[in-house]
Amino acid sequence: MFFSVIIVLLFISCKNDANNQKTNNNATTVNEQTDKTTGQAFITDDGSTPNVLQIAIGSPDHTTLVAAVQAADLENALVNAGPLMVFAPTNAAFDALPEGTVETLLKPENKNTLADILKYHVTPGNYSKDFLKKFKKLGQANNQYVTVEVEGDDVFVGGAKILGSVKAGNGIVHVIDKVMLPPSKEN
Amino acid sequence: MKNIIKISIGFLMVMIAFTSCNNGNSSQSNGALSSSAAEKVYVAPGEHDEFYAFVSGGFSGQLAVYGLPSGRLFKVIPVFSVDAEKAWGFNEETKPMLNTSHGFIPWDDSHHPDISQTNGELDGRWVFINGNNTPRIAKIDLTTFETTEIIEIPNTAGNHSSSYVTDNTEYVIAGTRFSVPVPQRDMSIKEYKGNFKGTLSFIKVDPEDGGMEIKFQLLMPGFDYDKAHPGRGKSHGWFFYTTYNTEEAHTLLEVNASQNDKDFIAAVNWKKIEEYVNNGGGKMMPTNYAHNVYDDKTHSATSTMIKEVLMVDPAEVPGAVYFLPTPKSPHGCDVDPTGEYIVGSGKLSANVTVHSFTKMLDAIENEKFAGKAYGIPILNFEDVLAGSVEQPGLGPLHTEFDGKGNAYTTFFISSEVVKWKLGTWEVLDRKPTYYSVGHLMIPGGNSQKPFGKYLLAMNKITKDRYLPTGPEVTQSAQLYDITGDKMELLLDFPTVGEPHYAAGIPADLIKSKSKKLFNLEENEHPYAAKTPSETKVVRTGNEVHIYMTMIRSHFAPDNIEGVKVGDKVYFHVTNLEQDYDVPHGVAMIGAQTSELLIMPGQTETFVWYPKQVGVWPFYCTDFCSALHQEMQGYVRVSPKSSNIELSWSLGED
Repeated sequence: MFFSVIIVLLFISCKNDANNQKTNNNATTVNEQTDKTTGQAFITDDGSTPNVLQIAIGSPDHTTLVAAVQAADLENALVNAGPLMVFAPTNAAFDALPEGTVETLLKPENKNTLADILKYHVTPGNYSKDFLKKFKKLGQANNQYVTVEVEGDDVFVGGAKILGSVKAGNGIVHVIDKVMLPPSKEN
Repeated sequence: MKNIIKISIGFLMVMIAFTSCNNGNSSQSNGALSSSAAEKVYVAPGEHDEFYAFVSGGFSGQLAVYGLPSGRLFKVIPVFSVDAEKAWGFNEETKPMLNTSHGFIPWDDSHHPDISQTNGELDGRWVFINGNNTPRIAKIDLTTFETTEIIEIPNTAGNHSSSYVTDNTEYVIAGTRFSVPVPQRDMSIKEYKGNFKGTLSFIKVDPEDGGMEIKFQLLMPGFDYDKAHPGRGKSHGWFFYTTYNTEEAHTLLEVNASQNDKDFIAAVNWKKIEEYVNNGGGKMMPTNYAHNVYDDKTHSATSTMIKEVLMVDPAEVPGAVYFLPTPKSPHGCDVDPTGEYIVGSGKLSANVTVHSFTKMLDAIENEKFAGKAYGIPILNFEDVLAGSVEQPGLGPLHTEFDGKGNAYTTFFISSEVVKWKLGTWEVLDRKPTYYSVGHLMIPGGNSQKPFGKYLLAMNKITKDRYLPTGPEVTQSAQLYDITGDKMELLLDFPTVGEPHYAAGIPADLIKSKSKKLFNLEENEHPYAAKTPSETKVVRTGNEVHIYMTMIRSHFAPDNIEGVKVGDKVYFHVTNLEQDYDVPHGVAMIGAQTSELLIMPGQTETFVWYPKQVGVWPFYCTDFCSALHQEMQGYVRVSPKSSNIELSWSLGED
């Protein structure tokens, strides 16, 4: 009887150690902030309407775009409360770029250029294709503007035609038929 | 034999247990960094925190007091919202504090706390905070940690670019987010442009008691005035306000207020306007606003309606106001500790724009104007630009400083804090926040003398960061150590309401001044009973006033008869204790109000409308003493037609 009490006590103290250890390990993860798999992009949430990133990931026509977003480390920027409007070029749109362009952009040394191009495809806002007709231009997340033009029922953004739209939990995704390349910056 | 076996098994298990403990210890050593983070925020039981943090409750309407670095919550100070726990807005004494020109308003949206300053340094006398919805500025006294004054701001709507103090707390300012007709009148919304106006209010602060008085209002064009910051040091005497909707749109602002490439930072030379006003400038304009003051001698508030305000047209004060073009709907407007740099954070921009005060003065002196808006000179962007931080993140919002030449900016869309260098504009470090960070706070970080040890980032969204609590999960604050080259995340902790913004101060600057009790001798409450012999019950028509005392562990009187259905019964209760941290509470069955929580030496009043015949108990609601459960009393309620005389007693058979 006496021994079992001691043993239990020892086990309890061990359990405490294990708890401390766990806490510390968690804190370690907090310190490793360069970890690419922390942040809102990596929360499992089956209940909410998919966000703009999840929509892109789920689309077989956007594998190049998703690869580019991942190469540029922009996942967490696309899952914020936003609202965010993403113009998502299809794989075919990326394929239409001069040969080797995508491969070059995906190289680590071109991460900033790639991020700039991708941010040129993001607007802080949430407007349907029809609503976009009210605009002449949109201010993009890379600090430049894209034009908005209307031809009949079609809406062109930065020269790219909106092919379809998907509402997202934190904004909207407009599928476009061209990759928009930012004009060279004046200042 | 059996015993020997048992003992051996026992030993074996003990050995195993020890071994597994050792394993635990050895694997723990790989968390060396983390244990330092834990040590940095650990404040041992009984020890005090190094800093106070006054964190706005946002839509809670209150102001929460935390300790840093521990993140422990000490008090929620009721400011703009009623608080049943402290009877704020429920007892008769504090109801006038929530009076406005719209009547009694039980809630507001508290935003930007700012601590009073002397010579551009925190002096720890008062905290000012703005109510955004029904425009008001409140003052919290840092000896009692209670709201002692609330002034309504007329001709204002969405009191957002508020409530910041100048270097010597000469003024606390308020600015309108929504422009409105001034004075208010019945007109078509479509006639907004040119007809709606925005006011910037300068509230003079009495250097002795902190008393507030609207000295003048500046009648500005009908833009939205978002945030503000006083000049510091060399720019003392100026105030800077970010504006958006310079398009003057009145509908669908998300489209129509984002058409201009640049909006403005308005630079206001308030010393010049003060001089103009002191020489008889400005026009008195009829208006109506409430000025509410709490007196801690009478323990009661009074509300006074003020019927006029001095209005200044900036066009009539040449050299007083200029516009500095600033990209894309700037939100944050922050001045560095030297007063040279004015940082504008265009929330739809990817860059952070920094203006130079010296270059601004130079452009003004040389009259290099790009044009005028409503008679106010616009300077050239290039002439005032000091530099910009290029693409540091998405959605820059607010910047504070560490006093070592570094600035720290929050980015809402990319959920991060970015550290950058003043003068070179290079990004030095970035750390994620979890998630959607709004404001940040470094104690003293908006003054001339920041205490650059900790940075508190305040997040709107936490999603998976804490145990879930249904659809509504807590908002949070995150503490970073900023003493090194790189920021280090130490702690995140849940907050009250929305932690909109905060003000921090070294605890040593205020804790010794914290009041321990109210002197009973100095109690000037008209219904105070300062001794049990002064207790009584007085009837005037159907109003019954009970002058009651409380002390460990009874009420005097505790038996009352002669109250009738249909009476309006006032319980005026005085806490006779003169001992630190011994409040008493009181509540009456069926009273359609909150409890009272009465500090030592204080008198408070609640009203009870007895509706049913019977004998009804009241009791102490604060666990005050070993005999707390005995602290109770009865009121006999008789029919309206009864002719039972009023009587009261304690300890009589």
